[in-house]
Amino acid sequence: MHIPKEKITSILATDCGSTTTKAILIEKVDGVFRLVKRGEAPTTVEAPIEDVTQGVLNAITELEELVHRKILDNGEIIKPRKGDKGVDIYISTSSAGGGLQMMVAGVVKSMTGESAQRAALGAGAIVMDVIATNDGRLPHEEIERIRHLRPDMILLAGGIDGGTTEHVAKLAELIAAADPKPRLGISYQLPIVYAGNNMAAGLVEERLGKKTALDITDNLRPTLETENLMPARHKIQALFLHHVMQQAPGYNKLMKMTDVDIMPTPGAVGDIMQVIAKQKGMQVVGADIGGATTDVFSVFQGIYNKTVSANYGMSYSISNVFVDAGLDNIMRWVPFTMDERDLRNRIKNKMIRPTTIPYLLKELIVEQAVAREALRLSFDQHKALAVGLKGVQKERTIGDALTQEDSGESLVNLMRLNMLIGSGGVLSHAPRRQQTAMMLMDSFLPEGITQLTVDSIFMMPQLGVLAKVHPEAALQVFEKDCLIYLGTCIAPIGIAKEGKPCVNVKLKKQNGHEVDIDVPFGQIHVMGLPVGETAEITVTPMRGFDMGEGYGAPVRGTVHGGTTGVIIDTRGRRPFELPKDNAKRVEKLLEWIKAMDLYPKYPKFE
Amino acid sequence: MANAYTPGLKVSESTVISKERRLPLIGDVLVNKGSRVKHSDVVAKTELPGNVELVNVVNKLSIDPKEIKDFMLLKEGDRVKKGESIAQSSSFFGMFTTPCPAPCDGTIESISCATGQVVLRQNPTPVEVLSFIDGIVDEIIPKEGVVVKTIGTYIQGIFGVGGETVGELVMVASSPSTVLEEGMINDTQAGKIIVGGALITAAAIKKAQACKVKGIIAGGIDDETLKNFLGYDLGVAITGNENKGITLVVTEGFGNINMAGKTFELLKNNNGKKTSINGATQIRAGVIRPEIIIPKENLKESDISTPPEANLLMDVGCVVRIIRVPHFGSIAEVTALPTEPHEIETGAKVRVVEVKIEHTGEKFTLPRANVELIEK
Repeated sequence: MHIPKEKITSILATDCGSTTTKAILIEKVDGVFRLVKRGEAPTTVEAPIEDVTQGVLNAITELEELVHRKILDNGEIIKPRKGDKGVDIYISTSSAGGGLQMMVAGVVKSMTGESAQRAALGAGAIVMDVIATNDGRLPHEEIERIRHLRPDMILLAGGIDGGTTEHVAKLAELIAAADPKPRLGISYQLPIVYAGNNMAAGLVEERLGKKTALDITDNLRPTLETENLMPARHKIQALFLHHVMQQAPGYNKLMKMTDVDIMPTPGAVGDIMQVIAKQKGMQVVGADIGGATTDVFSVFQGIYNKTVSANYGMSYSISNVFVDAGLDNIMRWVPFTMDERDLRNRIKNKMIRPTTIPYLLKELIVEQAVAREALRLSFDQHKALAVGLKGVQKERTIGDALTQEDSGESLVNLMRLNMLIGSGGVLSHAPRRQQTAMMLMDSFLPEGITQLTVDSIFMMPQLGVLAKVHPEAALQVFEKDCLIYLGTCIAPIGIAKEGKPCVNVKLKKQNGHEVDIDVPFGQIHVMGLPVGETAEITVTPMRGFDMGEGYGAPVRGTVHGGTTGVIIDTRGRRPFELPKDNAKRVEKLLEWIKAMDLYPKYPKFE
Repeated sequence: MANAYTPGLKVSESTVISKERRLPLIGDVLVNKGSRVKHSDVVAKTELPGNVELVNVVNKLSIDPKEIKDFMLLKEGDRVKKGESIAQSSSFFGMFTTPCPAPCDGTIESISCATGQVVLRQNPTPVEVLSFIDGIVDEIIPKEGVVVKTIGTYIQGIFGVGGETVGELVMVASSPSTVLEEGMINDTQAGKIIVGGALITAAAIKKAQACKVKGIIAGGIDDETLKNFLGYDLGVAITGNENKGITLVVTEGFGNINMAGKTFELLKNNNGKKTSINGATQIRAGVIRPEIIIPKENLKESDISTPPEANLLMDVGCVVRIIRVPHFGSIAEVTALPTEPHEIETGAKVRVVEVKIEHTGEKFTLPRANVELIEK
């Protein structure tokens, strides 16, 4: 950076997504950093341009026009700011070019394999496959797989420090035999990070040192009971910048334009999520749904986990969501019928023309239905990976022995979840904020009392990288301009027949106004509570329902308002089910749409 | 905003076409800069390392990994035939021997004293890269390939299936709205690339395969037809390696959509000419779209000197294609580009473009994201 931090008053940040490049301008106004405007343009990694910086310049040009000031001069960013021209620093994140695609290898799939997967995911990578000595595949099948996938990088782990070296050496031999080639460019060696048993480092060096760009770092599982992911994560991010990004179209130019290193988008979003969780002392789940991938983040008991669902997204991967979720699961959220042939064609057309947006209300409803399924599937994958360490020997009491709890249970506990954060185009740009709240509720099925928020204009990636350079600026913008409070969801666990008593809610607002309401099973009821206001609440579940303190036990607390307010969701949990009868399902969907005031044309869909 | 950046598919009557022809691995380039090449000429070749077999010698011979080299009959780099012993142990003063035979022909790549495994690599597979288009070698990429240039008609499709193929172009459809039916295809079209209008039917594809047609170009295809043709539901649009004996290039999208008038006319004007098509599509990072290339006959070296130009700025008067419902597939002229966002039916406020639809004259305002530029 060419300018001291305290002199920075104007920051330009871009995020080069797989579909769109977003540029934001942040400036210091009356001593506080605020978002000024946002511009966007299609990402240019496609012929005939094939240069990511063109999309960046186009997004900045749009920003210039919106703020009526000059940032560019002859295709170059004016730095530092001089009066109303230029900016002090320029930073960027990127997931264009397919992001970072990795393979990981570990000795035991559910132990070092899983730790390696967490390390790669935490660094912002998409994990294409996990190779392990017990993955059920024959060596030649694994070799073929490595050769076929052509990852950007491989993370090799395995064994605890000082343990047996034979299995790690076997894995290294397997990789050496596959002689993998990188995805982009054929003239450079594939980067491999070794983060396994320290005693096997020499053996790995012997086998892979000459064939690949091998980098050795600390073991990510030094003992069975500990995971040490940060050294491997840092190594991955450094290699990503210096090996992989150099090969992507235009990145060399982009790297020269930025004042600090470009960060992979999921890594940047993960960083800012961790800052929020720590600062607020909360259990947080966040989801960023993009065009090609959906990233899910969680912080429970101070443990951060991140997963990337590589083929669930709203444009490039929309068809894959359709294939994996199935027609019925998508259409269950849609209150009208559609010809299957027509729906299939529409989804494929979105896939091949990923930058288009729905113009008709029915199209918007279908896209939001797909988003619900993409988020649900991605969250399922996250829950499966965000688990405690497996293979750990626990000291057990007699009570533990009776409960027969295994190591490796999921850390995600929806009843303990305090805040759900949504991000990504379909959530951030939904025409009404209620739609965002409803998509989050339907996909994640929060339990108990959960605050719902959304990234206002999808700027968390840029704030994540800004936090590295100027944490105060990042937090100020995050609090004031980024996070939109949608409201609080109150959802008891349990099921009953429709209309049967479910929950009583007593709400006392700051102005002394009180509400006392019984909400029967199968409904959504919204109570207005504006953004910035809080209220004291007592929720008493009826018999057979639980708000986290046991069946029938009341819970008390403070709830936060939002654009939607306090949402009482008595549609049932564990399981949540929509009516099987089609007419009844449509009737209920329309009822909930009305309760949430989701769409402008209610209910004339036919 | 006076204009807007709007990428579109390239549809050009005459343009300089540049094709990079690269090997998957380092190898040899077989042509020189300035050489004239035919589509079937090999421009570069290499050998793809063979598959490997891991032979667990220590298990077979019941020995310790550290001792493996004492029992090996061959060393690293030695060639071996299937069944030949690569290692052997003996007991009772050499009276009994246990051999470890090679499971395939190949070369001993490595012998590991840590794991006791021997890596046996099978013989390499030769790989050749063809020129794919008739043209002139404009650039040599040392050890990797070449850039072949030509001048001719160039049409980018939106989606395709199947790899590179070359054949004579045959117009089968009479208009851009013709649906390509089974009855329009016959044995005389074997080895050729046929052009339909608005839709390829499932029956037409089957008939074309049976008649050994090399490729089909049409405006649209139903997703259901594609699923049946591929035998699976396509989740991520990465295609090109399907082994179906036929290449499909779709120019407009999924459904029954008229081929753009300009595309249809260009193809019609080139009826009977040698055409190179590639269905490979990758709708992800480093997007690849299917291509139709019809090189000019009697190419001169001076023809390829003009660099290709991309005009991606949309302005009033530009011709655009509407790429989402309503009016999906219609061609329209831009009449205004308002600066301020407008509210559309969904309730979203977006930047819009005002257009006049070509055939009906109807004026319509739609999101800028839902149009793409068509080169004049």
